[in-house]
Amino acid sequence: MSGKIYVPCDAAALGVGADAVARAIAEQIAARRLDLTLVRNGSRGMFWLEPLVEVETPRGRIAYGPVTVEGVSGLFDAGISEGRPHALCLGPTEEIPYLKNQERLTFARCGITDPLSLADYISHGGYKGLERALKMTPEGIVEEVTKSGLRGRGGAGFPTGIKWRTVLNTAGEQKYVVCNADEGDSGTYADRMIMEGDPFVLIEGMTIAALAVGATGGYIYIRSEYPHAFRTVRRAIALAYENGYLGANVAGSGKRFDLEARLGAGAYICGEETSMLESLEGRRGQIRPKPPLPAVEGLFGKPTVINNVISLATVPIILEKGAEFYRDFGMGRSRGTLTIQLSGNVKHGGLVEKAFGLTVRQAIFDFGGGTFSGRPFRAVQVGGPLGAYFPESLLDTPLDYEAFSEKKGLLGHGGIVVFDDTVDLAKQARFAMEFCAIESCGKCTPCRIGSTRGVEVIDKIMAHENRSENLQLLDDLCELMLDGSLCALGGLTPYPVLSAVRHFPEDFDRPAPVLPAHVGDRAQETQPWR
Amino acid sequence: MSQTTTWDTDRALGRIRELEQLPGALLPILHALQEEFGYIHEEAIPLVAEALNISKAEVHGVISFYHDFRRTPPGRHVLRICRAEACQSMGCESLVSHVEKHLGVKMGETTADGSFTLEPVYCLGLCGLSPSAMLDGKPYGRVSAQAADFLIDSARRHS
Repeated sequence: MSGKIYVPCDAAALGVGADAVARAIAEQIAARRLDLTLVRNGSRGMFWLEPLVEVETPRGRIAYGPVTVEGVSGLFDAGISEGRPHALCLGPTEEIPYLKNQERLTFARCGITDPLSLADYISHGGYKGLERALKMTPEGIVEEVTKSGLRGRGGAGFPTGIKWRTVLNTAGEQKYVVCNADEGDSGTYADRMIMEGDPFVLIEGMTIAALAVGATGGYIYIRSEYPHAFRTVRRAIALAYENGYLGANVAGSGKRFDLEARLGAGAYICGEETSMLESLEGRRGQIRPKPPLPAVEGLFGKPTVINNVISLATVPIILEKGAEFYRDFGMGRSRGTLTIQLSGNVKHGGLVEKAFGLTVRQAIFDFGGGTFSGRPFRAVQVGGPLGAYFPESLLDTPLDYEAFSEKKGLLGHGGIVVFDDTVDLAKQARFAMEFCAIESCGKCTPCRIGSTRGVEVIDKIMAHENRSENLQLLDDLCELMLDGSLCALGGLTPYPVLSAVRHFPEDFDRPAPVLPAHVGDRAQETQPWR
Repeated sequence: MSQTTTWDTDRALGRIRELEQLPGALLPILHALQEEFGYIHEEAIPLVAEALNISKAEVHGVISFYHDFRRTPPGRHVLRICRAEACQSMGCESLVSHVEKHLGVKMGETTADGSFTLEPVYCLGLCGLSPSAMLDGKPYGRVSAQAADFLIDSARRHS
């Protein structure tokens, strides 16, 4: 039997040279006439080890990383094809503590299989959820998802089953399932990794959603900043059609489900569900007031289920293993697992899928290994650009929807961006307002005008112009945006701003901006992709 | 390398015809036209409006709403540098200043010789390997000032 050697095709791995490493490995295999097949897998999500090369051995898969092009022939000299020792050898992949200490349910296959091999997908448990769903009634499927406790992983945390029930109970000849893959939050990439590393799980999840609510059409709205994910998903959809998993007769059931991937066009606001619908319909991505809920009047005016990639990709395992299995992970009202994404100034950036309840401190220090720069930790932003900045004193907050809102924070899509002591929180607050101004859809005044005024007020505070009056004004402005905006962009931009003021007041009272030597320059001792 | 080719009504119509039957066809059509010509040519607007039976103002409104759609030809290479929070935490602003100096343009501009367009992007999803950038659709992580110089210079040599 021919052995296998794996080099990820995930965009992050490509960003540090995975394609060049794969080419070098193919050359070595040919030159040494080895009986070895090169497989391009998804990423395991340990980015500091990318490109992470794995070899199949009788002891399981053995990992080597980070591998450089120059290092490839040395690895073959050392006997990588048999999993022999080398300075870069990390031992069995599954035994790497970062991975071993996770609970991978949604990401069970990501990094293990060839993302575009349907045979691989099926041999690793794929389509078992659909198989069970096909034997159930729509009500039964909705009930199962409701009982699992799954909540929207896009950020809002709304119970998925309840959303589905509304669509199921709304009469309509044409219904849709739309996947929101407009993952625009800085510090997040879980959706991208699933789309690039295990796209069939998303297709399966959407198919189950369609069966549950009686939908026959679906769209995956993918942001244009993710060209690799878009290509992979498109090819996966084509393969699913060719093999009878999409189309007029899904898996021989006689049920129809058509699915298409659509590309966004660089508007952050299109991650808001009603803006996304406008965009899919071919218009400016301006938000729609609710009600009507999209579940009642959604895409093209039809009842529509809208879920995030991770929510939908979690559905197959819930159907396969049952609601109880999934619900047994987690804490409080946050059931199941959270896909934590460690980002920014962190030593071991990557994806950590773990039952809800891990503290931010455990995530940053136990998994992340502290700051990348080696300088002291100072702040963390959880939940993307609309999430609060937390200081060290709040690090023991568990990653749980309710625990976060109690501390006036936002769990969001699970992105954790770490900052060292060179960060200036006044600048970060200013950026939050600036970003809102750039990305505002313009529909409502608090967001459209408030964000621009916010930048101006923060500039005045930083310049010591009527400081205390302007801080009060900023507070009032934030309150207005919170209460008066139509959607989460204007409504949550105050979170990063107010948390920065509350937890880091000293940064708003500095004489003149003095910038320390930037940490970014330290990041770059090597250019691995060269 | 990004492709910019001269306007050709028949080619544009060909791309429009392929997609006009899709529900909500406007974004797919605009993407196709930009792929074909490198940007959305002024003359495309009435063609698209007519094909979809919407006003020219609506087409214009959509083009101007989305950051991706260009009204003018881009440089031969498009370098996008992430300026979102994760990359900020790793010093992307000093990287941006460095690249602006190296290319002699500000963010959003194209070099005088038409070789490079420099653009900001708010997250490429490579936040575990910040700061990140994308050159002609290819992702790059842990981009230092020197790495950016190397990328720019090698792209120049190959064009």
